[in-house]
Amino acid sequence: MKEYILNLLEKNKRIDNRKLDEFRKIEIQKDFIQRAEGSARVKFGNTDVIVGVKLEINEPFPDTPDSGILRTDAEFTPIASENFFPGPPNENAIELARIVDRGIRESETIDLEKLCLEKGEKVWGVCIDIRIINHDGNLIDASALAALIALTTTKIPKIKDDEIIREEYSGKLPLKHKPITISIGKIGDKFIIDPCLQEENLLDSILTVSVREDGKICAMQKRKNSLKVEEINKIIDLAVNKSKELRKLI
Amino acid sequence: MMKTDEKLIINGKRLDGRKPMDIREIEMKVGVIPNANGSAYVRFGKTTAFAAVYGPRELIPKHLQEPDKAILRCYYNMAPFSVSDRKRPGPDRRAVEISKVTKLAIEPALFLEEFPETTIDVYIDIIQADGSTRVTGINAASLALADAGIPMRDLIVALSGGKIDDTLIIDLCGKEDNYSEADIPIAFLPNTKEITLLQMDGRITPQEVKDTIRNILKAGEQVYKKQKEALKNRYK
Repeated sequence: MKEYILNLLEKNKRIDNRKLDEFRKIEIQKDFIQRAEGSARVKFGNTDVIVGVKLEINEPFPDTPDSGILRTDAEFTPIASENFFPGPPNENAIELARIVDRGIRESETIDLEKLCLEKGEKVWGVCIDIRIINHDGNLIDASALAALIALTTTKIPKIKDDEIIREEYSGKLPLKHKPITISIGKIGDKFIIDPCLQEENLLDSILTVSVREDGKICAMQKRKNSLKVEEINKIIDLAVNKSKELRKLI
Repeated sequence: MMKTDEKLIINGKRLDGRKPMDIREIEMKVGVIPNANGSAYVRFGKTTAFAAVYGPRELIPKHLQEPDKAILRCYYNMAPFSVSDRKRPGPDRRAVEISKVTKLAIEPALFLEEFPETTIDVYIDIIQADGSTRVTGINAASLALADAGIPMRDLIVALSGGKIDDTLIIDLCGKEDNYSEADIPIAFLPNTKEITLLQMDGRITPQEVKDTIRNILKAGEQVYKKQKEALKNRYK
C-alpha cells in the first residue's frame, strides 16, 4: 500500500483520485445536538467529527475579571478507531484540543468581553467539546471547522434567579472573527491538503496553520519530524490560499 | 493575549533594556546532576531549566520496546514555585502538549537505531519561568543528551521570537509573552537548518511569520555557540 500511494504521488495523484491540493467531500450539519447551545457535525470524507458547545456560569479568571472563559476539550472515543481506547484523553487528544483552542482564542473568534455577567463574579464559560466519531485522518482541520461552525450556531441561554434556563435563549454568541485551520502534509517534495489516514501515516512532516479572514496567521503547529524554511514558507502561502475555499462553507 | 496600555518598547529598548534582536543573558552548564547519565542547566535571563537524561536503559514493560530502535520519552514539568501564583504540582494539559512537541523537536537529532529495545528518558524541570520555557527546556535537553554520550546528528538549538509594539523581537520574556502580538517557539538543527519545533500563536501577517523564523535561525547561531562552549567546559 505504501509503495502504491508513493508511486501515485510521484504522478501527482492520490488513492482517492483527488488532486494534491483538493479537500475530500466536506459535509456540514448545523445544530446537530439540540441539548447543546451550539453544535455542528463535519465530515471530511470518512472522517467524522461532532462538536457541541455548552455555556455555563463561571467565576472569571482573576486577571480578566470582565471577560468570558473559553475551554476546549477533545475525546478520541473508542468508537472511532481500532487504535482508540477508553480512558482519559491522551497526548494526541490534548494536542488536538489545544490546537483548535489556540486557533479560536488567538484569532479572537469570540467576543469574550461581551460575556461578562457580573464583573469579577460571574461570566459565561464557553465549553467546546470535540468528539471524534470516525477517524480517517486530518482530525484537526475537521475539528477546527466543526468548532467554528458550532460557535456560529451558539445561542446564549436565558438566566433567571442566577439559574440558566436551558433551551430558552436571549441572543446569539457574539463573534468577532472566523479562523480557518488547515494542515498541509509533506511527502518527499509533494505537499498535500487534507490527508486521509493512509496518507497521514506516510507523511514526512505536517504543519497546521490557522488563518483569519483578514489574512493574519493566528496559530501554527508543526506536528511531525522536520521542515526547511522554504517548505514552511510554501505551506504558509498554500494555507492562506486554501483557507479561502473552506471559508466559503461557513 | 492580554491587553496593556504600557509600552513594551521605549526608544527602541525593551523592558529589560534589550534591543529587539538581543537575546537575554545565557548561562549553560553541563553535568550538573551526578545521578543522571547526562544533565544540563540552562538559563535565559530568569527562565531556568534543568534537564536530565536517563538511558539508554531497558524499557519496561517489554511490549513498549521497539525491536530496531530506542524509544524517546520526554517529560516537561514546572516547579510549583516557578511562577507568580503557585502552580499545582504535576503535569497539566499544557505540559502534556509541550512534552509531546519537545520529543518531536529532539527525535530528528538522535540515532535511536543504535539502541534497540531501550528507552531514552529526558526529564525537563523548569525551576523558574519568565517566558520561553519550552525552548529553554529543549536547549537543556540538547546538552544533557550530548553529555549522556547519545550519538546525535547535531545539537538542537531552540529560541523564541514574536512581535510586540509593532516590532519583531526574539527571546520573549514573560511579560512580553503575555502581551505579545505573536509568540513563535522554534527548534532547529543548525547544520542542516531542519526545523524540528514550530508553534505559533498570535495575530500577525504571513510575511511577519516568515521574517521571525529567519530572525530566529540567524540569532540561534549564538545559542549554538554557547551550547558548544558549555560542552567543552565540561572537560576542562
